[in-house]
Amino acid sequence: MTDRGGIMAATGAEALSTELPAGRSTGWWGMVMFVATEATLFACLLGSYFYLRFQYGPQWPPGAIGAPELLKPLIMTAVLLPSSLPMVWAERGSRHGRRWQLRCGLGATMVLGLTFLTLQAIEYAEKLRHFTLTTDVYGSLFYLITGFHGLHVLVGLTMIGWLLAAALSGATIDAHRRERVRNTAIYWHFVDAVWAAILFTIYLSPRL
Amino acid sequence: MVTTSTPPGVSRVDLARLTEHWAEPRSLRGWFSTVDHKRIGRRYLVTAGVFFVLAGLSALAMRTQLARPEAGLLSPEEYNQLFTMHGTAMIFLFATPMLFGFGNYLVPLMIGARDMAFPRLNAFGYWVFLFAGLFMWASLPFGAAPNSGWFAYAPLNSEQHNPGLHMDVYALGLLFLGISTTAASINFIVTALKLRAPGMSLNRVPLFVWAIVATAFMVIFALPALNLDNAMLFLDRRFDTHFFDPSAGGNVLLWQHLFWIFGHPDVYIIVMPGLGIVSAVLPAFTRRGVVGYPLIVLSIVAIAIISFGVWVHHMFATGLPQLSYSFFSAASTIITIPSGLQIFAWLATMLLGRLIIRVPLLFVVGFIVTFVLGGVTGTMFALTAFDQQVTDTYFVVAHFHYVLIGGAVFPMLAGIYYWLPKITGRMYHEGLGRWAFWLVFAGMHVTFFPMHLYGLFGMPRRVYTYASEPGWGGWNLVSTIGSYVLALGLLLVLVGVVHAVRRGRPAPPDPWRADTLEWATTSPPEPYNFPVLPRVHSLHPVWDERTAESTGEGATADRILSEGRNTLLTSELDARVERPVPMPESTLKPLVLAAALLVLFAALLVAWYPVAAVAAVVVAATIAVWLWPAGPSRTSGVATP
Repeated sequence: MTDRGGIMAATGAEALSTELPAGRSTGWWGMVMFVATEATLFACLLGSYFYLRFQYGPQWPPGAIGAPELLKPLIMTAVLLPSSLPMVWAERGSRHGRRWQLRCGLGATMVLGLTFLTLQAIEYAEKLRHFTLTTDVYGSLFYLITGFHGLHVLVGLTMIGWLLAAALSGATIDAHRRERVRNTAIYWHFVDAVWAAILFTIYLSPRL
Repeated sequence: MVTTSTPPGVSRVDLARLTEHWAEPRSLRGWFSTVDHKRIGRRYLVTAGVFFVLAGLSALAMRTQLARPEAGLLSPEEYNQLFTMHGTAMIFLFATPMLFGFGNYLVPLMIGARDMAFPRLNAFGYWVFLFAGLFMWASLPFGAAPNSGWFAYAPLNSEQHNPGLHMDVYALGLLFLGISTTAASINFIVTALKLRAPGMSLNRVPLFVWAIVATAFMVIFALPALNLDNAMLFLDRRFDTHFFDPSAGGNVLLWQHLFWIFGHPDVYIIVMPGLGIVSAVLPAFTRRGVVGYPLIVLSIVAIAIISFGVWVHHMFATGLPQLSYSFFSAASTIITIPSGLQIFAWLATMLLGRLIIRVPLLFVVGFIVTFVLGGVTGTMFALTAFDQQVTDTYFVVAHFHYVLIGGAVFPMLAGIYYWLPKITGRMYHEGLGRWAFWLVFAGMHVTFFPMHLYGLFGMPRRVYTYASEPGWGGWNLVSTIGSYVLALGLLLVLVGVVHAVRRGRPAPPDPWRADTLEWATTSPPEPYNFPVLPRVHSLHPVWDERTAESTGEGATADRILSEGRNTLLTSELDARVERPVPMPESTLKPLVLAAALLVLFAALLVAWYPVAAVAAVVVAATIAVWLWPAGPSRTSGVATP
C-alpha cells in the first residue's frame, strides 16, 4: 500500500518527483466520491420509476404505448458496454507512456460512445411519434431517465475528447495526465454500469 | 499578529521560502482568487452569519404578527414567503454552511495539513454558496420568494396551485446550492482520508473531524434525492411533465418520499458537526479527553447510517401501510440510542474532569439541556399514535427548534467563542459573553417552550394568524417576548465578536491549553499553517511532548517542504507517509465558473433558454480551461474538477 522509502529519504526538491508511487491519490478518491453521489442520484431515479409504476396500477406502460421493443436497446448495449475495453487499454497505454496506444484507445472509445448517442437519437425520433415528455408520467420518466443517462454519456465523451485533444497536442504524459486518464476511465465505466441498470429498468422490467 | 521569532526546527531560509510560496497577494485580485482554506472558512462563517441574521429577522416579523390573535401586520402571502424563507435559509443557507465554515477552517489545522485536498474546488464551493444564497434572497424584495414551506409539498408547489416564480426560485436555488454542498463534502472526505499528519491513524483522528467526515458522507448519499426532487419539480412546472401530477399517473407522495429521504439525514447533517464541536470544546474545559472515544466514533457512524432509515416518520399522517409505520417507528426509536450515548459520554467527561467555567463551556451545558429536551419530544413522535395527534401543530415547531437550536446553534456559539482567539488572534470579553449566553438561553426557552403547550392545545403551524376563542394568545405573546430576548442575546454575541476583533487582548497560540493540533500553531495561523508538519503519536497531540519534539530541533526537510507550495500525502488508515504533493496557486477560475453557473440558473429562472444554453457552454469551457494540462513550470495540485 505505502511507499515509505525512496522518495521520502530525499530532501524536498528531489522528493517532488512527478512519478506516482503506491497509494491512492487525492484525485482518485475525489472521483470515486463523485461517482458515489452520482450513483445515488441514479438509484433515486430508478427508485422513483418503480415507485410510480407500482403506485400506478396493473397496466404499465399506461394506455396504448405497450412494452418498449428490445432490438435497438440491445444493440445500444452491445455498443456501450464493450466501450469500456478500449478505455482500459488507453489507460494502460498512458501508464506505460505509449502515446499511440492512448490515442487509439481514446479514439475507439469515442467512436463507440458517439455510435451509442446516434442510436439513442434514432430511438427518440421513433418514440416521439408515439409519446412525448408530456404525454403522461410514463413518458416523463422514460425521457428523464434515458435523457439524463445520455447527458452523462455526452459529459463522458467530452472528457474523453478533451483527453484526446491533449494526447494529440503532443504534451508529455506526466503524472497529472495519467491521473486524468484514470479518472475519466472511472467515470466512463460508471456510465456504462448505469446503462445496464437502465436497460433492466426501462426495457426489461415492463415485460416481467 | 505575525510572530517574528523563528519557530524551533526551521531555518530563516526555510521560513522565508514558505512565506514566499504561500504568500497571499494583498490586492483586490488576490482577494477574489484566494484558495486558502482559512480565508474561505472565514467567508463561509461571515456569509452564513449574514443569512442567519436575515432569516432571524424573518422570524421576528412572524413572531410579531403572531403576538396577538387576528393581527394585521403581515398579509397571508407575505407571511408565507417569510416563513418559507426563514426555514429554507436557516436550514440550507445558514446551518450547513456555517458548520462547513468551521470545518473548512479547522479540518486542515486539526489534521496537521497545509490546506484542503482540493483548494480551488473549495473556493468554487464558497462562491457557489454565496451566489445561490443571494439568488434566493433576491427574490424576496420582488415578492417572488418561495412560499409553500421549506419542504414545499406537492401539489402545493405545482404551477397549477402556485403560479409565479416562487417555487422556481426554490427549485433552482437549491439545485444551485447543492453543487456547493456536494463539492465541499467530497473535499472534506478526501482531505481527512489523505492529508492527515503522519502518525494520525484512524484511532487518533479528532472527534470533530470524524463528525465532519460522517456529515460529508451523509451529504453525498442524501443530497441526490433532493436534487432529483427539485429537478422533477422544475420540469413539472416549466415543461409540463407529470411526476407529481396524479391526473396523468404521477404521485404527490413521491415528492415527500424523496424529500425526506434527503431531509431526515439532513437533520443529522446539521446536528452532527454540532456534536463534533462539543467533543472538541469539552477537553479544554474539563482538562481530560472525552470519555469513550471509540464508542463516540461508533455512535457517529451509527447515526450516519440509521439516519437514512427513518424518513417515513415525517409522513406518519399520510396514510401509508401500517407495516411501514411499525418499521420506521422502531428505527426512529433506535436512533436515540447512539445520540443518547454521546450525551452520557459528555456528562461523564464533565463529571470526571476538572471543570473550568468559560463561555464555551456554558454554551455546551446549554446545548445538553436544550438538545435533551428536544430529543425527548422527538422520541414521543416516534410513537405513531402520538404523532398523528400533534402533527402539523406548534408542538412539532417546538420540537425541531429545540433540536436544531440546541444541537446546532448552541454548539456553533460555543465554537465561535472557543475558536475566536485562533481565527482572529484576539481574546473575547468574558463578561459580555456570559450576558450573551444567559440572554440566548433564556430567550430560547421562553420562546419555544410555550409552543409545546399551545401545540398540544391544537394551534396549527404555518398559519399567519389565529382566532381569539381557543385562548392561544397569551402563550403566543410569551413566545414573541422570548424571541426578542433571544435576538438581543444573539446581537450581544455579534457585539462580542466585533469587540474582540477591535479591542480584544492579543491571544497566545494556545489560550485554552487544548489538545488538538490547531492550537500547535500561531493565532491566527500563517498561510502555510505549520512551518514543520507535525508527527502525531496519540489522540491528544498538543498534550503530548512527542509532538513538539517532532517539530523541534531535529525537523528534517521532508517535514518542512519549503521547496514549493506542498503538503504531505499519507495513507488512508494508518497515516503512513506516502509523498509530498504540490498545492495549487490562487486563481480566479473558481469565481468565473461560479459566476457562469449563476448566469445559467438566473437564465433558467426567467426562461431565457438560449442564454442558459450559452451559459452552459461557458461553464463547460471554463472547466476545460481549469483542467487543461499546465506547463511543467506551473504545478496544478489535483487532477479532478
